Amino acid sequence: MSELAGLFLSAAFVENMALTLFLGLCTFLALSRRTGSALGLGIAVVAVMGVTMPLNNLIYNALLKPGAWAWAGMPDTDLSYLKLIAFIGVIAAVVQLVEMVLDRYFPAIHASFGVFLPLLTVNCAILAGSLFMVERDYDLVESTVFGLGAGFGFGVAVVMLAAIRTRLAYSDLPNGLRGLGITFTIAGMMSLGFSAFAQMVSP
Amino acid sequence: MAKPISLWTTLTEPLIRQNPVTLQILGICSALAVTTSVATAVTMSASLTVVIVLSALLVSLIRRHIPDSIRLIVQIVIVASLVIVIDQFLQAYFFDISKRLSVFVSLITTNCLVLGRTESFSRNNPPLPSMVDALGNGLGYSLVLIVIGSLRELFGTGKLLGYQLFATTDQGGWFEPLNLMLLAPSAFFLIGGLVWAIRSVLPEQVEAAEFTPPDTEEAGR
Repeated sequence: MSELAGLFLSAAFVENMALTLFLGLCTFLALSRRTGSALGLGIAVVAVMGVTMPLNNLIYNALLKPGAWAWAGMPDTDLSYLKLIAFIGVIAAVVQLVEMVLDRYFPAIHASFGVFLPLLTVNCAILAGSLFMVERDYDLVESTVFGLGAGFGFGVAVVMLAAIRTRLAYSDLPNGLRGLGITFTIAGMMSLGFSAFAQMVSP
Repeated sequence: MAKPISLWTTLTEPLIRQNPVTLQILGICSALAVTTSVATAVTMSASLTVVIVLSALLVSLIRRHIPDSIRLIVQIVIVASLVIVIDQFLQAYFFDISKRLSVFVSLITTNCLVLGRTESFSRNNPPLPSMVDALGNGLGYSLVLIVIGSLRELFGTGKLLGYQLFATTDQGGWFEPLNLMLLAPSAFFLIGGLVWAIRSVLPEQVEAAEFTPPDTEEAGR
């Protein structure tokens, strides 16, 4: 149990998708202007990662892993190079579902996402989660915990950044630094802060 | 349509003026993680440029036959197939570097830059301009990656492409390696500085000031 908690914490903070691994930055920067949309994004990422990781884990172990077809008399079949297409397919389908659910029950959130909700499909963080899972050989429970943790960490980071940026709207910055430049600098400082977590939780 | 002058602008605009990374915030996901050394940055840039040019060509060739509703899936499948080829190629011929890049080559699939260009340009234009546009964007991306990669490697280890340029203190020289440059935050600071530099030279890119109070009670609550 404590290993799972450790996995969750390390996925959320030590290996924060956005701040230490630089994944999903496009959405991270584009949707962090307002805390409302940032919160929505965080929740959507947790939901999508929590669902896609176990699904992809099942698909990988049942169909793609080297030797997965041994029961059918084909122990040498290695389909693992197909994992990219399989994972992307699953993620695209889940994102589509989330979009339909949001559109039906939370139209305001859906409207604030705009074009970025379908772009969750191509959010590097979500695909990277599944790829890391293969690289590190997580089982079904571990990959669920890892997915939830990574999504949670991403959500926390994006809400924090949005909160800082809301305040920054009133600040008087040099012209060239306004907008993107200062956002990057702030993300860098947050990343410095998050790297302190590496001392607290051993991954 | 294909006037030489417009092709030239299509190629050169994305290098600095319309740089995909610093202006359009596309494709930075992978841009920062692989820049701890020049070698990985160059490999990543080359892979991305190949993928983006070929996917632009393929999407552009079949652009009249893709129904709108499934165009994203078609584009992603094309890109993913190309990425698999590149990934296998790197594993076969550059195994060390492909190990160091770990999952990031596969992540070209989800690079917003590739999808952004196929979605906004190749889908509506003939093959040649699409490829030129893709090449320009690929090179603009590569430029940023290589600049940041060089700075991080030079100041983080005193080396460039593996050659010792600055003699470090533990070898009896004068240069104290800045370990921060090899950690994640430095990439953010460098790219922030780069954006600042570019926008100081090209003031038309400066974003409009937001002095009106942001209405936090708007959509999303």
